[in-house]
Amino acid sequence: MNLTKTLMATTALGFAAGAVAAEDMANEMTIVSWGGAYSASQLNAYHKPYSENTGVTIINDESSAEAVAKIRAMNEAGNVTWDVVDVVASDAMRLCDEGLAEELDHDAVLAAAPDGTSASDDFGDLLVSDCFVPQIVYSTTFGYRTDMVGDTAPTTVCDIFDTTKYPGKRSLQKRPIDNVEWALYCDGVAKDELYDVLSTPEGVDRALAKLDTIKNDVVWWTAGAETPQLLADGEVVMGSTYNGRLFSAIAEQNQPIGMLWDMQSFDLDGWIIPAGLSPERKARALDYLKFATDTQRLADQAKYISYGPARKSSAPLVGKHETLGIDMAPHMPTDPANASNVHIYDYEWWADNRDDLDAKFQAWLAK
Amino acid sequence: MSLTPVEPRSASFTAGITSLAGGFAGIFIGTAQGSTFTGFIVGAVLLTILTYVALLMRSKEKVVRWIILLAFGVAGYVTGGISSGIMGLLMGWFFSWFIFWIGECRYRGHLVPYLTPGQVLWHYTFRVICGAIFVFLITPILVVLPLSFNAQDFFTFTPEMLSLDPEGYSLKHYRNFFNSSDWQLSFRNSLIIAPIATVISVSLGTLAAIGLSQSHVPGRRAIMAILISPMIVPLIISATGMFFFYSQVGGFLEGTIGLSKTVVGYIKIVLAHAVLGIPFVIITVTATLVGFDRSLTRAAANMGANPMTTFFRVQMPLILPGVISGGLFAFITSFDEVVVVLFVGSARQKTLPWQMFTGLREQISPTILAVATILVVISIALLTVVELLRRRSERLRGMSPS
Repeated sequence: MNLTKTLMATTALGFAAGAVAAEDMANEMTIVSWGGAYSASQLNAYHKPYSENTGVTIINDESSAEAVAKIRAMNEAGNVTWDVVDVVASDAMRLCDEGLAEELDHDAVLAAAPDGTSASDDFGDLLVSDCFVPQIVYSTTFGYRTDMVGDTAPTTVCDIFDTTKYPGKRSLQKRPIDNVEWALYCDGVAKDELYDVLSTPEGVDRALAKLDTIKNDVVWWTAGAETPQLLADGEVVMGSTYNGRLFSAIAEQNQPIGMLWDMQSFDLDGWIIPAGLSPERKARALDYLKFATDTQRLADQAKYISYGPARKSSAPLVGKHETLGIDMAPHMPTDPANASNVHIYDYEWWADNRDDLDAKFQAWLAK
Repeated sequence: MSLTPVEPRSASFTAGITSLAGGFAGIFIGTAQGSTFTGFIVGAVLLTILTYVALLMRSKEKVVRWIILLAFGVAGYVTGGISSGIMGLLMGWFFSWFIFWIGECRYRGHLVPYLTPGQVLWHYTFRVICGAIFVFLITPILVVLPLSFNAQDFFTFTPEMLSLDPEGYSLKHYRNFFNSSDWQLSFRNSLIIAPIATVISVSLGTLAAIGLSQSHVPGRRAIMAILISPMIVPLIISATGMFFFYSQVGGFLEGTIGLSKTVVGYIKIVLAHAVLGIPFVIITVTATLVGFDRSLTRAAANMGANPMTTFFRVQMPLILPGVISGGLFAFITSFDEVVVVLFVGSARQKTLPWQMFTGLREQISPTILAVATILVVISIALLTVVELLRRRSERLRGMSPS
């Protein structure tokens, strides 16, 4: 085991050395992301300026949803076609553990903040994995139809479970993450004890029992675009999705939707470089990463979508929406007014318990 | 055998049938308004009254029909604006016609008089079933067309669209398709990959079919089974196998032969799609070869034509319909295929179905509907052209009486 690690480390070093010596970098790269408004924001904030500066052709692949499986298959077939991949933090951790993503020395490969703060200090706690370069902080939170909730708009996440006050369908993501935490919280569990309770079998049963109370009223979604569509159709009265999707539906599409920020669940999204790239391609990928995650670029992305930049130094630079001209700061999940009561999602707990809970959740769904 | 004369029916008989139809229509309107049952009752009662009144004035049929038509239209317009008004006019037209069709016994007008009521009922039920099948087949395609002109970014018939307000419609999704580099890239890729894959599968498939139709080929059943296996094996399994196989092929082409990554990507998908298309060509060509008279090739040989000439001058023209329809199938297979592309291709070679698939999953954008509309129009145009060409060639060869 140790020997393999040393071997891998030396090969990685060799690659790095080769890249520096070769000087020339690949002139075409494939960047994988999530599609939709999110890819559009990356295109405007990162890809376009990078292509203009360097003349590199960037090809977009919107396959982040199955990134882990595809990278595994590519690696097995010895044919990695992706250069930079946008994944959520938990996927990055899995890929890193399996040796499928390149480990990075953040201070060496990333740009420092304009005031000279090192990259690792600037990103701070968000550097959750050695392979992962955080890009944005997003949250999974709720939106509701303003014209379908009567005079009293929902104010707490527990209104999701109140079908007498807010009759109608609600949409939830088809996975246990977030849903079981919300269920326990609304069943009277204190926020800091959520994962202690969930660690016991009774706690899981309790969460599922709470979800049982609304099971008949839930539309389960798997893609982030579904809840905005369901809300726009009036098929659901409220539903969870990524906050940027709701922002786009509200501000850009003028839909009668309101935000419910209570107990929003923070998560991170960012870049990894798949392992096994040729030296030229790896050098290109690193060059792109250095550019795309500097302070100004991260702040630029917030002009197009309401996700918070992962660097501390980017926060003061967040300005107005590029076309609408509205201030973006109040729409960020990290804005103090929105973040008064947030749910901090526990990566480690989920890494350990995900398979088990997925199985229980699926069994519960099928009941 | 009893004969049923064509003569006016009683109002009670007519009202029985029309009230059922009214109740059926009422179910839809009632459901839309919130109460299915009320809709049914109101529809049935309304049509019963209408039938009695209309049949009292049988002699003034034209006037009565106009009045019903306009009444329905106005009622629709008052309750729900222009689009409901149009729906009302359509319903008014249908019911005014239906009442007199039943009441004046026109439904027996062109049928033989000795049919029993049961047979007459089945005669029309059969037609309604056929119509319903047609509606269920075609509606999903038709629904897409107006939605693609949506001014919003959702798959929703907005209130503006329903009231036929021009504000509710826009061409922005079409503009998006023509301006987006992603869509244009995938459109170009589809236009590159599908024709080349079709040419390969048509030439190889036709040759294979001709060879396999010779009785002296050993093990031809086994060969045939292997060749058409891509059609039988679940696509996801073929795709997984192809992924690993073509990764090796790609590595060889890039590493040893030294082709560029982009070209190799196209070669991989073209070959994979050709393999998927070959079974269709083999099956259609084999089917036409059954009707091919082998003595013609012997006659040609007898007159001194070599096998090549015989094939191109004698056999090919006669089996051409099979070759063309096989080619069409192969083209559509490649043009519609998403699973294998997702496995074998990389983003540089993404085709239209790939782009539609990821677009549908990640962002439910009506641009997909605009593309779908364009594809429907292209498909219809393509089929029309092929059909016209076929008729023209038949006419030129004097095979068709027309």
